[in-house]
Amino acid sequence: MKKIYHRIIQISGNVITVEADNVANQELAEVKSPQGTSLAQVIRLDKSRVYLQVFAGSRGISTDSEVRFLGHPMRVAASDALLGRIFTGNGSPRDKGPALTDNFIDIGGPSVNPANRVIPKNMIRTGLPMIDIFNTLVESQKLPIFSVAGEPYNELLARIAMQAEVDIIILGGMGLKYDDYLYFRETLDQQGALSRTVMFIHTASDPIVECLLVPDLALAAAEYFATEKNKRVLVLLTDMTNFCDALKEIAITMEQIPSNRGYPGDLYSQLAARYEKAVDFETAGSITVLAVTTMPGDDVTHPVPDNTGYITEGQFYLVNGRIEPFGSLSRLKQQVNSETRADHRALMDNMIRLYAEYKESLEKQSMGFRMSDWDNKLLKYGALFEARMMDLNVNIPLEEALDLGWKTLSECFTPAETGIKSDLVKQFWPQ
Amino acid sequence: MTQNQSTSHVTGVNGNLVSVAFADAVTQNEVAYVMPADGSRLKAEVIRVRGREADLQVFESTTGVKVGDPVEFTSQLLSVELGPGLLTQVYDGLQNPLPELAKQAGYFLKKGLYIYPLDQEKTWDYTPVAKVGDVLEASDTVGTVPEGIFTHRIMLPFAWQGSWTITWTIGPGQYNIKTVVAKATDGNQERDITMTQTWPVKIPITTYKDRLLPREPLITQVRSIDTFFPVAKGGTFCTPGPFGAGKTVLQHALSQRSEVDIVIVAACGERAGEVVEILREFPHLEDPRTGRNLIDRTIIICNTSSMPVAAREASIYTSVTLAEYYRQMGLSLLLLADSTSRWAQALREESGRLEEIPGEEAFPAYLESLVANFYERAGLVQLNDGSLGSITICGAVSPAGGNFEEPVTQATLKVVGSFLALSRDRANARRYPAIHPLDSWSKYNSIVPEKKVSVARNLLRAGNEVDQMMKVVGEEGTPTSDFVTYLKSEFLDSVYLQQNTFDPIDSACGSQRQEHVFDKILEVINATFDFPDKNEARTYFQNLRQSFIDWNYCPWQTDAFKEQEARIDNMLKDAR
Repeated sequence: MKKIYHRIIQISGNVITVEADNVANQELAEVKSPQGTSLAQVIRLDKSRVYLQVFAGSRGISTDSEVRFLGHPMRVAASDALLGRIFTGNGSPRDKGPALTDNFIDIGGPSVNPANRVIPKNMIRTGLPMIDIFNTLVESQKLPIFSVAGEPYNELLARIAMQAEVDIIILGGMGLKYDDYLYFRETLDQQGALSRTVMFIHTASDPIVECLLVPDLALAAAEYFATEKNKRVLVLLTDMTNFCDALKEIAITMEQIPSNRGYPGDLYSQLAARYEKAVDFETAGSITVLAVTTMPGDDVTHPVPDNTGYITEGQFYLVNGRIEPFGSLSRLKQQVNSETRADHRALMDNMIRLYAEYKESLEKQSMGFRMSDWDNKLLKYGALFEARMMDLNVNIPLEEALDLGWKTLSECFTPAETGIKSDLVKQFWPQ
Repeated sequence: MTQNQSTSHVTGVNGNLVSVAFADAVTQNEVAYVMPADGSRLKAEVIRVRGREADLQVFESTTGVKVGDPVEFTSQLLSVELGPGLLTQVYDGLQNPLPELAKQAGYFLKKGLYIYPLDQEKTWDYTPVAKVGDVLEASDTVGTVPEGIFTHRIMLPFAWQGSWTITWTIGPGQYNIKTVVAKATDGNQERDITMTQTWPVKIPITTYKDRLLPREPLITQVRSIDTFFPVAKGGTFCTPGPFGAGKTVLQHALSQRSEVDIVIVAACGERAGEVVEILREFPHLEDPRTGRNLIDRTIIICNTSSMPVAAREASIYTSVTLAEYYRQMGLSLLLLADSTSRWAQALREESGRLEEIPGEEAFPAYLESLVANFYERAGLVQLNDGSLGSITICGAVSPAGGNFEEPVTQATLKVVGSFLALSRDRANARRYPAIHPLDSWSKYNSIVPEKKVSVARNLLRAGNEVDQMMKVVGEEGTPTSDFVTYLKSEFLDSVYLQQNTFDPIDSACGSQRQEHVFDKILEVINATFDFPDKNEARTYFQNLRQSFIDWNYCPWQTDAFKEQEARIDNMLKDAR
């Protein structure tokens, strides 16, 4: 049944065309060339012509290379054996461990039925005050970290991974620098988190097509753990901009008409298909997605961050090594921050408002205007706020962070100046 | 069905576009089923015919489809099923009931599983209206059943042309939707009438007497809409804005507070989480106008961003067709489409696969006419029996990068009667709803006389100019009179334009209350104050603002409301 085809009639970019029959759309094939064997996926059928995207690229493939169809689409072996393992973008082991062959499930499966979703209600504690107090992360949330090259976004991701209260961490690396991959592995290992982690890593020098598979592999594994094992899964993806650039590259090779800055017209749908896998089930586990999106040229209107922003439930802006309080937003925080502690919302709103006023005073100061008493109070407050709340090295539970917030306010202001309701002041203001 | 089905087969697959060699005649936009070897039947629509090959857009993932797989044509255009029981339902873009699908397929959607959209077992309390011998035309009432708080008309099917004489009717009683309730003849043939009928989604229902000019305001209880940028029953409006500007929150507010009979929420290519809030909360939220649950007047069409793209395109048509069906019963409807940009993107994806010559930003050249056709299905109509029905359409637009110059926003602006521009600056400043008071416009009548509104509009414009000026010359260099103008416009903004959607009192501001409060604000605007310095002016307006905000949180015409009003009157008297 498994016929071998030898007639490759076109090689263009990473896409080869063979004449074959009885081939299904999205089916996998093995292409054997003197460079070795590579997987390939059917991306288009036209009469007897089959278009295959070769994972390892078309370099070295000759017109008489062997093509063997495998009869199934891309799959991942879903079982507990995934835990602690590291794989490449095509699903083969990167860590010298054995290949997994049990319980294959298709990747890129159908969407969750909206009728089965529930309103998110559980906070994920991260120990970072900028997240816990001001933009609370919620189970089943999909949230990007908007950043630019050079910012410590991978460090932040690793910090959250280690500190977040979840059962399983799945890391999908796309176009990751090899050093960054080693950093993740080392950090998770040192913290003893490796045994509850699965990694799918595509490094910058790996074939570009494999970059496209990483989110699907990671999310298919996440769905397995969430639905079959009732686990709370945190999926970390870095960097989604590389994923989009890979999409762009393939689309242009396939002569698709680009829509905006060369990106394909279905960029939104492609991103949504991945991000929407974030979900909370009433009777099973949950999937939370945190993804790094580097903004080319620090431009939030660039198609990648722009489309991402329309899909995700908020965003964290990582600027100058800190989570920026103004642009950052967690759309789901209202669902959980009323039940943490009575002062949470009031403290969140007023501390940010005062920090905004501090920024205005700072501007006045830099323009050479005279500083009033109020300005001086704000300047003192701003410096404390940045050191105690915004520093990414701070790691304290929410309750301690809230107490620290009150302490900071009391060191700088009188209760009336903070604009917080009197009954909260009475209860929480440090004596 | 005269197709020779065995000989129609797949010849090519490109994404969700499948090419099919067909045997007999095919119809443009007819529904077909692609049948891969795994036994599933994938619904598809003919979108192009070239020679002996038809191109089908498949409403599902085409993974596993092979060249040579058989295809079955149905000769039917893509249609919806119309009948009692549509209200409270949650459908996908092809009218599959999602809760029922969840029961059969579990957590995930299952491709190729289609379920009849209405409950066929449930019986309805049917009352015949037409008698034997009555001559009816399409859309005339044959009988009625109560559906929640509405009288659901069973009508002569819209597709029946000419005059039909009733030859038989069933007596009053409990029947399910498939029961024949009447028979009618047009002289040539006698046909059965049941409680359901089908209608092709891409064709507007036009069996009414007349279209009228929309004049009556649709009360949304959002102050900046009703007073400044009103919408008429039967009109159209759009809410473009960048992400984070509060489009969806505004649409949710509209879906809860609008004074219409039925709301249809078309969640088209947006986050599933947003639909879930409606799904889970509406059954528990009370509609203050009727005392019933909000879900009783709601239909949700939900084709979220990760569901198949071709069905996303269909979802817009499905929702507007359901709206037209209820309009034919003399009801007023509000259709909220969130977001039409995602619909346009679905068209773009399809156009790209068809290798059509692209227009601007790769959108198809016919985008504008499709957008226009959609919004033109709104309107106020006089039905055959003289009663009025209306559809108001609100389309959210998600422009790339928040830039309104892009094709979808521009195509929409050409055909809507009201434009509510949501601004990122206002959203960042937490001024919600972020409807920009200077960029937005409306062609409909406000609940407040235009003369009064223009006073407020001019103030906002003047206040904005002073604000710009102050950025250059500083507060010190601004004359006190200009500064007071600025304070007045900021006051108007914060106590009237801004509204707390999450507060039950403030979010529901009826038309009487709006007129009352607006008159009070005009008093402030028209008053001449004499402040010794700017600080005093600022403090006075800060206090006034606080009093008005407290007033906004008092329930209408309660003692608290009146006391607060007296306090405000005193503050105004003292200052003059």
